[in-house]
Amino acid sequence: MFDLQTYHKAGSVEEAIALLAANPDSRLLAGGTDILIKLRHGKSGFAELIDIHGLAELRSIRKDAEENILIGSGTTFTDIIESKLLQRSIPMLCDAAQSVGGPQIRNMATIGGNICNGVTSADSAPGLFGLNALLQIHGPDGLREVPVAEFYLGPGKVDLRRGDVLVAFKITPENYAGSFGYYYKYAMRDAMDIATIGCAVSLKTAASKVSDYRIAFGVAGPTPIRCPKTEQAVLGRELSAELFDCIAEVVIGDVNPRTSWRAAKDFRLNIIQELAKRATHKALQRALHPAGQKEGETI
Amino acid sequence: MAQHNDANKVIGKSVIRTDAVAKVTGRAEYTEDMHRPGMLVAKYFRSTISHGRVTDIDTTAAVQHPGVEAVFTYKDVPQNVFATAGHPFSLDPHHKDIEDRLLLTGNIRCLGDEIAVVVAQDELTARQALQKIKVVCEPYPPLIRPEEIMAEGARQIHQGSPNIIGEHRYRCGEVEQGFAEADHIVEGDFTTAMVQHVHLENHIAHAYMDDMDRIVIVSSTQIPHIVRRIVSEALSFPLSKIRVIKPFIGGGFGNKQDVVVEPMVAFLTLQMSGRPVQINLSREECMLCTRNRHPFFLKVKTGVMQDGTMVARDMDVISLTGAYASHGHAIAAAGGAKQSALYPRTPARFHARTLYANIPTAGAMRAYGSPQILYALECATEDAARKIGMDSVAFRLKNIARQGDINPLSKEKIASCGLAECLEKGREFIDWDRKKREYAHHKTGPVRKGLGVACLAYASGTYPVCVEIAGARIVLNQDGMVHVMVGATEIGQGSDTVVAQMVAETLGIAYDHVRVVQAQDTDVTPFDTGAYASRQAYVVSNAVFRAASELKAKICRHAALMCGSDAADLDIVGGVVIDSKKSARVMALKDLAIDSYYHKERGGQLSAEVSYKTTSNAPVFGCTFVDIDVDIPLCKIKINRIINVHDSGVILNPVQAAGQVHGGTFMGIGAALFEEVLIDRETGYVYNNNLLDYKFPTFMDIPSLHHDFVETFEPTSGYGNKALGEPPVITPPPAIRNALLDATGVHINSLPLSPHVLFTHFTKNGLLKSRGEQHV
Repeated sequence: MFDLQTYHKAGSVEEAIALLAANPDSRLLAGGTDILIKLRHGKSGFAELIDIHGLAELRSIRKDAEENILIGSGTTFTDIIESKLLQRSIPMLCDAAQSVGGPQIRNMATIGGNICNGVTSADSAPGLFGLNALLQIHGPDGLREVPVAEFYLGPGKVDLRRGDVLVAFKITPENYAGSFGYYYKYAMRDAMDIATIGCAVSLKTAASKVSDYRIAFGVAGPTPIRCPKTEQAVLGRELSAELFDCIAEVVIGDVNPRTSWRAAKDFRLNIIQELAKRATHKALQRALHPAGQKEGETI
Repeated sequence: MAQHNDANKVIGKSVIRTDAVAKVTGRAEYTEDMHRPGMLVAKYFRSTISHGRVTDIDTTAAVQHPGVEAVFTYKDVPQNVFATAGHPFSLDPHHKDIEDRLLLTGNIRCLGDEIAVVVAQDELTARQALQKIKVVCEPYPPLIRPEEIMAEGARQIHQGSPNIIGEHRYRCGEVEQGFAEADHIVEGDFTTAMVQHVHLENHIAHAYMDDMDRIVIVSSTQIPHIVRRIVSEALSFPLSKIRVIKPFIGGGFGNKQDVVVEPMVAFLTLQMSGRPVQINLSREECMLCTRNRHPFFLKVKTGVMQDGTMVARDMDVISLTGAYASHGHAIAAAGGAKQSALYPRTPARFHARTLYANIPTAGAMRAYGSPQILYALECATEDAARKIGMDSVAFRLKNIARQGDINPLSKEKIASCGLAECLEKGREFIDWDRKKREYAHHKTGPVRKGLGVACLAYASGTYPVCVEIAGARIVLNQDGMVHVMVGATEIGQGSDTVVAQMVAETLGIAYDHVRVVQAQDTDVTPFDTGAYASRQAYVVSNAVFRAASELKAKICRHAALMCGSDAADLDIVGGVVIDSKKSARVMALKDLAIDSYYHKERGGQLSAEVSYKTTSNAPVFGCTFVDIDVDIPLCKIKINRIINVHDSGVILNPVQAAGQVHGGTFMGIGAALFEEVLIDRETGYVYNNNLLDYKFPTFMDIPSLHHDFVETFEPTSGYGNKALGEPPVITPPPAIRNALLDATGVHINSLPLSPHVLFTHFTKNGLLKSRGEQHV
């Protein structure tokens, strides 16, 4: 039994914005896979819910006329896994979706909820960081676009203002076309677990060199992060065994994991170094053998 | 001994479980399904510290909360202490379980200790009211580690009782001489983790009064008849006025071989004028405040000759029972006995102590002390084999128990033992010899390969430590089918199904003509102490065999009355009475049955009831072989192949037996690689009493599981069968540890072998570069 005070089912994004404005203590409910847990634990601040789950206008994956890929915030992880467009264009996001929870969670949980929840372990975040995804947010004052890296303000804190509804993620062609990526989740279990470390790599190659390189982590700091020093060090380098040693060495300077009872800092650093290498290796395999790009894999 | 006509063969067949359809169609009724009108809900108010004393408690606001019916604190409950372990009553006053529980307590001994209880119209209301209870506590320093618990002047966790609640020693053979003569002495310190049962159905019970002076308790329990006795003791309420009903059970693994919520619901219904009151523990409560596996600290010393003979063994054990005794020292005692059962020819001495601690209470859990003891023993055995450079399997074959050996501790002769054959089968399955050679080339680099083996011995019950009593009643129905009532407690392990097979086999009727009454009710069910100690099929077999034989004789006598033949010539085959001398059909059982009921002069309701005490305890054996990859940089172990091979006597039902073995192997892998209740060493705080942070493995984490049996015939059992329920969980952890050692050369003597632990050891041993980062 949940201590719910009010519940509204919004019929549209417009109605959700109006309901948010009319109920100042209310929260949005999408898949509910984070919020229902908080309710079960009796956490305050979730007694008034506005349900946007299943809104058709939020649940789509498509390409627009400018070749931008638009992923609705209400898109479930199962939708992402099954999307032919994403399998073809950004399989890294399918890897991430596949690594979330178990089948029941993936059927309910949405990519918008995953990001709005604001935690550093969100499996979809590192990939979206690597893609420079833009968040399309509808608010009382209209639409704005916020880069995902700017959306995270701190642990559990995101740039959502009263009345805001995240409606979609926009990924522009220069951020995905010709890129090959991989998301590597490291957790204690192979399912139903939160990442100890999550690592997304997205790259392009040209003439046996790395011509574009992005690497992002979850749980390597209080929020998901990109690794600018590593990216700079890798850009333009020859594909070689030394490249991987270089990545493992430089990445330490980009991350800031902490010791918690769940894992010690030096253990996390070891995994960060290893995932940086392995995710890069997997992404390169996809670049060199594009046919294999549908394979999702997690350890 | 059972003599069976082959046409009646049901034993050894994979018949469909008696409860399969009820379960897969969702019709099986569990305790939570049995709602009663007006049922109230009770929720515990629990301590947030691990050691201390309540100095003040104010429940005024909670009592006034709308929807709250009553609040009781530790001041309101009966002051007679009781023991909760689901053991048979002991006539020997020195062998009684420790009585250290009250229904509620003001003396806090672990996180989550039960201080008060709210009774409300629903769960949410109860939870809200809990927030309004105000409590002031005087904290004491938590006693978590053995050295601080046993320190001079340490506070007594239970006033008036020493913190060491049990201690014993045994010695078999010339141990000192063995050590003096040994070519090598190998020593090791080992630890095992606190782990959880994680049965699917949490602890739940409700109680009500069906008239003015009788309490009915419906509970998810492994031990209905023992619940009846312990509730009677806890409430000083007449046993015969307590009725315990056990519906379908969603697993127990020993955690329901303890009386946990039943005395409280019985107390509450008494207080609430007989209104129904339910306690339904949450997963978090279940993981913190019921029972778990005792963490052990073990020292093992082994004397070994260069030819591979183990000539001496010494073992010293500390077991932490937590805040309350529960099964207490019985765990270390039962586990410790396995050294002499597995290696009966090796002189050995053993010393164990069990301590209170300000951590969650440990109790019975699948294999009852043996996983801890055999982890250390089988790691130590491996270390001894490696010390002299002998193959791990050959070393074991030289030292293990053989049929005809005398167990030096029990002084009993081992009547059946297929352990050597188990080792041979496992060695062949895993392709040991070839892979040993191949994997010699995979001991460097980031991914290394290894093989591991470990053996076990276990028992088929608790005799002679406890009584082994079982009861069976069989009634011939009017249509020639039979109803069976047993005290053997079906908790998901499949006991009802094998009972039906036994009855069908002995009586000579079809399996589906036997109906075993599933729900147990202490008002009517024959007495049996319940499902634990892997005893159920073994001890019930002796009662069932006798009851079925008796009923068969009665049926034949009635047939003789009806047709004038000699009852001694009659038999039942396929539900038909036959004259075995003339090889002629006499009559169908259904025709006989209707006559026995309705003939005006002869016959009656034909039935048989037997209560039987088994006074033997057949040892069982088994082993695990495992083949692993170790990913050094990722600090992960991947199981390529694993097999458990068991000697459990005659296998009654191969599919169910496979289920037991696979379930046990799964649980063993969990303990080996994943599971551990994480307790703060300073505060006693428990970090992970939930299924996110307690890393119980998922199906994604478990490889394909394999099993095999070596079928011996055990003469002391009704059908040649021995124990199987618990043993499969024992050997995967030491086998995996030994494979890790084989792959990496790194000795890790603790559990679980989680990535965190592997990281620490790989760094310490130079397999991973140390970064020199400060540990915080």
